[in-house]
Amino acid sequence: MATHPGGLTKAPPAVRTRRLVRRFGERTVLKDIDLDLAQGEFTALLGRSGSGKSTLLRAVARLDHGVEGTGELVVPERVSLSFQDSRLLPWLRVLDNVVLGLRGPGTRERGLTALEEVGLAGRDRSWPHELSGGEQQRAALARALVHDPELLLADEPFGALDALTRIKMHGLLRELYERHRPAVLLVTHDVDEAVELADRVLVLEDGLISLDMPIDLPTPRSRRDPRFQEYRDALLTALGVTTPSAAPHDSPKEKPHVPNV
Amino acid sequence: MTEALTPARTSRGLDVADAPRTARVTKPFTPPEAGGTLPPGTGGGTGRRAGKGGDGRGRRLGPGRPVPFGRLLGPALLLAAWWAASSAGVLDPRILSHPWSVVSTAVELVADGRLQGNVLISLQRAGLGLLFGVVAGVALAVVAGLSRTGEYLVDGPLQIKRAIPSLAMLPLLILWLGIGEDMKVTVIALGVAVNMYINTYASLTGIDSRHVELAEVLRLSRWRFVRKVVIPGSLPGFFVGLRLGVTSSWLGLIVVEQINATSGIGYMMFQAQQYAQSDVIVVGLVAYGVFGFASDALVRAIERRALSWRRTLAG
Repeated sequence: MATHPGGLTKAPPAVRTRRLVRRFGERTVLKDIDLDLAQGEFTALLGRSGSGKSTLLRAVARLDHGVEGTGELVVPERVSLSFQDSRLLPWLRVLDNVVLGLRGPGTRERGLTALEEVGLAGRDRSWPHELSGGEQQRAALARALVHDPELLLADEPFGALDALTRIKMHGLLRELYERHRPAVLLVTHDVDEAVELADRVLVLEDGLISLDMPIDLPTPRSRRDPRFQEYRDALLTALGVTTPSAAPHDSPKEKPHVPNV
Repeated sequence: MTEALTPARTSRGLDVADAPRTARVTKPFTPPEAGGTLPPGTGGGTGRRAGKGGDGRGRRLGPGRPVPFGRLLGPALLLAAWWAASSAGVLDPRILSHPWSVVSTAVELVADGRLQGNVLISLQRAGLGLLFGVVAGVALAVVAGLSRTGEYLVDGPLQIKRAIPSLAMLPLLILWLGIGEDMKVTVIALGVAVNMYINTYASLTGIDSRHVELAEVLRLSRWRFVRKVVIPGSLPGFFVGLRLGVTSSWLGLIVVEQINATSGIGYMMFQAQQYAQSDVIVVGLVAYGVFGFASDALVRAIERRALSWRRTLAG
């Protein structure tokens, strides 16, 4: 069932930012971000390109050396990040890629388990270029999961995949999330993806969080659900996209990515 | 738009297009071996050329399939032409001896031990020069590639050295080291080191920044980063440097063996020139050629093994 976003639990948040500011030279990309992500909460971060969503993600991942910034930032010990490209090292076999950041005994076994979980059992000896785009992204997901992260950051992980592969990957990500329950921050520009996967959607606009919306729908979510459409329209409006579909309900005009089967 | 079109298409082609349609749907689910056993031509209806991937023709825009020992075809043709020209009397033996007399001279040289002795000493010079050059070049490249201080200290002098041919430094090296083995090995090593440095360094600094970022995200230690990312990532450049280095070691060898040497293939050839023995000169050239060719082939073989993860046009 859906979690209670921001929940009234006593546990401290997984991520906490206060007055987070990031600047590139003259341009202020993040202005005063105050954000709490609860433990085990699946949050999607939406925004148009240039809105600063990747900057926020990189700040949380502590990857933005050389960017001027101020404010308070608390992140957990074990953070995993998956990128838009799978970023597998071409000279390491799939299993070695998955366990690249692991040390100590049982490394191999943990890697194999992670591969099995993402549906790549038996592909551990393959080279990355022998995998399809979707399989590479699965291996990258295994590499993120093998660290048993408290926080999973994902920067448009499905952006480069074709529509059919993306549908499968949505299912897989949600399934892995339900099993491991890390806090997730998923950066995306796809409104449907955000509503389908996340329990809470943030809209970032001009360096500020302009909308913070819990998605209260039971989890195997159908895009045909009228309430799904309502969330979607509200988010599109928040993103400044005024479409005819906001008024009449069944206009077939824009069906962005997914062929309705 | 598309939705409006589909009903018309399906209602029209329902009975006619039924058979090919099912064939097309099931096709992705048949394993590749089963797909290959289809008689050619049956797949014509699906719009794809049947068996194209399975007949072993390889990539359409690739250079074609490799043939075993195909690389030897060019040299063999050259040899045949030489043989034919000499036998026909077109080629004056004073200009170039007949291949057969070259062979018998080689046999004589082997019999009295002169060839082996000279070849061994030449191989030793080239090998030592190559070894020192590779070690020095790679060490300098790693220092320059991994630390800013190293880059500032090392890269400048080596770029300057690159502009000066090693052979141009010969007078100075003779002045410093004399005309003995030290000088000979140093000249060879200098040429090799520059080639190794330039290529390994370029490859090191060209490592994808996204891979560096990944290493940071995974919190790899510096040593693990070097082992898992830097070294494999710079291997392609290392091998380019090694192949150029091997070539340059033979080049250096030829030059240093003509300066006051008393042994080596170069010395043997120089002596032969005095007595106009073109067959001995050719034996020396063949020896240089064989070793150059063999060493390059060896480096290629090692490279293919070490870089087997790469997908290239030739592979």
